[in-house]
Amino acid sequence: MTSLMPSIHYLAVLPAALVLGASVLALILTSLVRGGISTRTSTGISVLAGLATLVVTFFQWSYVAHHGATTTIDHAIVLDGFSVVATGVLAVSLIMAALVAHDWLSRSAVSGPQFHILALAASAGALVMVQANDLVVIFLGLEILSIGLYVLVALDRHRASSSEAALKYFLLGGFASAIFIYGAALVYGATGTTNVSSISYFLAGNVLLRPGLLWAGGALLLVGFAFKVAAVPFHLWSPDVYEGAPTPVTGFMASIVKVGAFAALVRVIISALGTQMDTWRPILFALVVLTTLVGASMALIQRNVKRMLAYSSINHAGFILLGVWSATTRGNAATLFYLMTYAPIVVATFAVVALVGGARDDAHAIDRYRGLARRQPLLGGALAILLLSQLGVPLTTGFYAKFAVLASAVDAGGGALAVIALLAAAIAAFFYLRWVLALYAEEPVELDRVVVGRASALVIGLGVAITLVFGVWPGPLAALASHATVLFTP
Amino acid sequence: MNVPAAWYLVLAAVLFGVGAYGLLTRRSALIMFMCLELMLNAVNLTFVTFSRTMSDIAGQVTVFFVMVVAAAEVTVGLGIVVAIFRRRSSTSVDELSEMKG
Repeated sequence: MTSLMPSIHYLAVLPAALVLGASVLALILTSLVRGGISTRTSTGISVLAGLATLVVTFFQWSYVAHHGATTTIDHAIVLDGFSVVATGVLAVSLIMAALVAHDWLSRSAVSGPQFHILALAASAGALVMVQANDLVVIFLGLEILSIGLYVLVALDRHRASSSEAALKYFLLGGFASAIFIYGAALVYGATGTTNVSSISYFLAGNVLLRPGLLWAGGALLLVGFAFKVAAVPFHLWSPDVYEGAPTPVTGFMASIVKVGAFAALVRVIISALGTQMDTWRPILFALVVLTTLVGASMALIQRNVKRMLAYSSINHAGFILLGVWSATTRGNAATLFYLMTYAPIVVATFAVVALVGGARDDAHAIDRYRGLARRQPLLGGALAILLLSQLGVPLTTGFYAKFAVLASAVDAGGGALAVIALLAAAIAAFFYLRWVLALYAEEPVELDRVVVGRASALVIGLGVAITLVFGVWPGPLAALASHATVLFTP
Repeated sequence: MNVPAAWYLVLAAVLFGVGAYGLLTRRSALIMFMCLELMLNAVNLTFVTFSRTMSDIAGQVTVFFVMVVAAAEVTVGLGIVVAIFRRRSSTSVDELSEMKG
């Protein structure tokens, strides 16, 4: 029987195992300890798991640098630079989101360790996704991530919109997953395997006489991903879900789903189906155009900041898709760089929104922000910097991220696409600037002071520090992204 | 009697289409769950058919994964429906209109 057991490279699977283990540990402690565990303990478990994962990524990085990229467990899991960096980004997002949730749990009516248990489990799913080298494993990671998030969205049982958003997310998410796995089934029928590297070898060595099955399968996979990253026209769920979900969950979701889904998308589109890139280019082209333009213009008419940020994140998804469209090594690096800089910033932005939203988490009209920077210069100033970074102002990471994807697209012959994306960025500038101007508006509304907890302050400070430090000095992150190549590039 | 593999694939595609159509048009959350299950089972049929025609066991193994995922998904989905039902004693998604825009 031993010959049937695939060998396991434990360093490669350690991040997912650690995070899932932490989730199970928190679950067991909750059931064993009389009266349950305190919020402080569960936050501690989440943060420690995130930090431990970060430490593991250093070992993984040096392993990849010395021994090269490798696959394990019968080639279903891959350990390459791309997966290591994406793992690090997920760990940072997890730590920041756990800290944001800590403050929220101590001031709102929702309590208990559920958030942390589910967030850890969902993160484990995302970690599996960034390392998956098999369509079925990607599907499993996607489902572990999504099922955790469905429950997280429904966490605030005192607000009807929370469970309503969860049902919407569940039905459309389930629909997307079914489409994705049907795509995987058709690709399996066309190539005889679901393994990313085997598909890549098969397509490089064979000419398909009847490629219809593969095209249908690839298109369905793409639609599944487009749903998950909320690319237009598959974005309709996202504003409602962003608005209905508890704000710390929204921030967590915005960062972690983008990283997991885009890492898996790069693996599927560029590694597995890279030889057929000419077939997918037009579809991706349409997705980029629609996503950037619709995301930017719909954000203009929103009065609720969470909906506004939902459309803003749709707009960002369009930019990241631009990096995927390039399908070059440089494009992959740009995609990864975008994810690295976007994830911490979006968590920090939602940390501010969670604070301003109050204990009931329902004060999200943009009028609440009028004069905020005059009443509380630090909090308002931090939010202004985070928004300007999302807009892509020079000296913030947002600028380099946008520049990198645009440059990679122009390199790959997508000048027109880059111009359209720039146009969308110009439209998006309006609503970011409108918000920033509201922060510094003269007539301060009579509102209570926003109480900033220590954990939230840490997260916001970290987000601002990342965007400013690496905005002025992007060298290290850019070098990291360009060294983190995908294992199987065509 | 030997049924050609293509028939199974067409049947699976039709089942998938019926599920997708139902999910998009029906208004009862429970019916929508059933449609979701139908779609996933159509995928299973596709996997098994390809697995048979190619004499490759991997496709049949995948079916187990999909079944487990489908079960987990429905458990969570029913939990969410129960949470909503407690609040407004109806499972029609038309009444879920707190958020618009």
